Amino acid sequence: MTDGVWVIGGGVIGSLFAAHLSRVAEVTLLCRRPEHAAAVAENGIRISGRADFVGRPEASIDPAGLADAGLVIVATKANDVEAAAAQLEGSLGAGTVMTVQNGLGAEQVVRSHGAWPQLSAVTFMSGTKLADDHVEYVLDTPTWLAPYEDARFDVAESTAALIVESGLKAEAMPDLEPARWSKLIFNATVNGVAALTGLPHDHHFAELERPTDLGHLVRGLMEEGTRIAGAAGISLREDPWEMNVLATQRGSRHYPSMLEDVEARRPTEVDFITGALVRAAERLGVGAPLLTAVYRLVKGREASYL
Amino acid sequence: MRVAIVGCGAVGSLFAANLAQLDDVEVWAFDLDRQHVEAINQHGLRLSGAGEVVGNVRATTNAGELPPGDFGIVATKCMHTPSAIAASAPAFANGAVCSVQNGVGNEEVLAEHVERVIRGTTFPAGRVIAPGHVQWDVKGDTTIGPFEPRPASVAEVERLADACTRAGMPTQAVADARGPQWRKLIFNAATNPIGALTRLTHGRVCEDAGLRRFVSELVDEGKAVAAAQGIELDADPEELIDHAARPDVAYDHKASMLQDVEARRPTEIDYMNGGIARFGREYGIPTPLNDAVTALIKGLEASWGQT
Repeated sequence: MTDGVWVIGGGVIGSLFAAHLSRVAEVTLLCRRPEHAAAVAENGIRISGRADFVGRPEASIDPAGLADAGLVIVATKANDVEAAAAQLEGSLGAGTVMTVQNGLGAEQVVRSHGAWPQLSAVTFMSGTKLADDHVEYVLDTPTWLAPYEDARFDVAESTAALIVESGLKAEAMPDLEPARWSKLIFNATVNGVAALTGLPHDHHFAELERPTDLGHLVRGLMEEGTRIAGAAGISLREDPWEMNVLATQRGSRHYPSMLEDVEARRPTEVDFITGALVRAAERLGVGAPLLTAVYRLVKGREASYL
Repeated sequence: MRVAIVGCGAVGSLFAANLAQLDDVEVWAFDLDRQHVEAINQHGLRLSGAGEVVGNVRATTNAGELPPGDFGIVATKCMHTPSAIAASAPAFANGAVCSVQNGVGNEEVLAEHVERVIRGTTFPAGRVIAPGHVQWDVKGDTTIGPFEPRPASVAEVERLADACTRAGMPTQAVADARGPQWRKLIFNAATNPIGALTRLTHGRVCEDAGLRRFVSELVDEGKAVAAAQGIELDADPEELIDHAARPDVAYDHKASMLQDVEARRPTEIDYMNGGIARFGREYGIPTPLNDAVTALIKGLEASWGQT
């Protein structure tokens, strides 16, 4: 498992994986921008916050060395998985590919480019990218992983063990769907509401005192998502509303990526997150008027600047 | 006849300056903007655009200076109604007070302070471009009628309508003025928050199939709440929304709530979608989507207080 790890995508999640794993494995961070790769090659990746060290992965913009990788972690935005998988095609040998995107659908995109063993993962860790070579590690919550299609469970276990050894939290499980859908419903709601209101994930999201308080909308969105999961035959690992209340009580005032995307006028992941739930609701014949409204509003907001 | 305008912003100024053209009407204006008030007192209240008018209006920032009047016309933003009428009510001890504001719920507030209330809906629009000077963008009709729980008399309503009409602000007196009010309310509540949340102009909202459906869903909730109260709309908001989306009408118009959001001013959401939701709760009609946009806009307002 330690014969070379490649991390594709140097955002917050990719940088956290690359820096930590570089302490226990040979790691290469595959970047899109040459100056990003140069900064990491020269300075390493500084991690502050929940940990304090400088990781020393190699960095490159060239996927040629991928051939011998044992593990590839695709940590791009959901919108960029297609391009990442296209890079793997023709480069990657027999290694395992792990996807950690928000929402649904990344595994199928990778599969369409090759027959590698795949792991599905969702991660709850979060941070803030302060520079190309510096990430503030904010929430040290775990990454959950499971075999995708006919991959072996012991590959998920050994990958989880490697991630734990590097200093991050991880857990292997036979079936990711209960955990993934818990996070999907959470993100579909919290990210969408944050993007539309400009609020970080703070106490407003759990307020229920007055009829117009935001908590009612958040809970209504999560109840719709839970009904969709139920219709899909998935029993959630965690109750999204409890996740929401706990996260707001922690007081970290997390800025969801969709809010950052809107403020930076970038395309958001709404099609893979809220949109994925809306499409599932349509397919399963479940009503989702609130999720549909939030999805349409975020798409409209994107249209105002894209 | 003496009329006092309470809140002499754009809409209030349209009534004030036009009414001041009549020999038989004395016009006062109460507004908290000191520069605007001083300019009005020094140079008169000037309108340009749809009409060129200068009105001789006596303006004050102190409601206590208002002499006893026959009519009040309240044109503040909705959230300022309680303080504005609390301060000016003594001037209307023997008069009737008419709201020409956006949204619903304003007449209820007026009725807490004065004896006789007139429900009004007005379509002319403009904007203050300098102290004492208002750009008159759009002409339009006004409909007024007695506010049922504390009504002004039919004769009073007709007298005010006649004066406004003679002054160049065509105004119709009706027995039940709720139809036009809810038609305007439903139009605004279905379009304003979507513009404000997406930052899109009216035309762009309407050409996005998903958002246009969302507009219709909001309209349908508003229609259901109106129907439950026995209100007959005087026109179909859907047709007005599509009409306004035409390139030659208001395709490029930014909803006033979007303008508020861009300027980080408090919006009138509590009296628009929030008002529909309140009446819905009272009449047992669910309004989940109006509740949702109310919560989103209030969340947006809350985000301005943060760093």
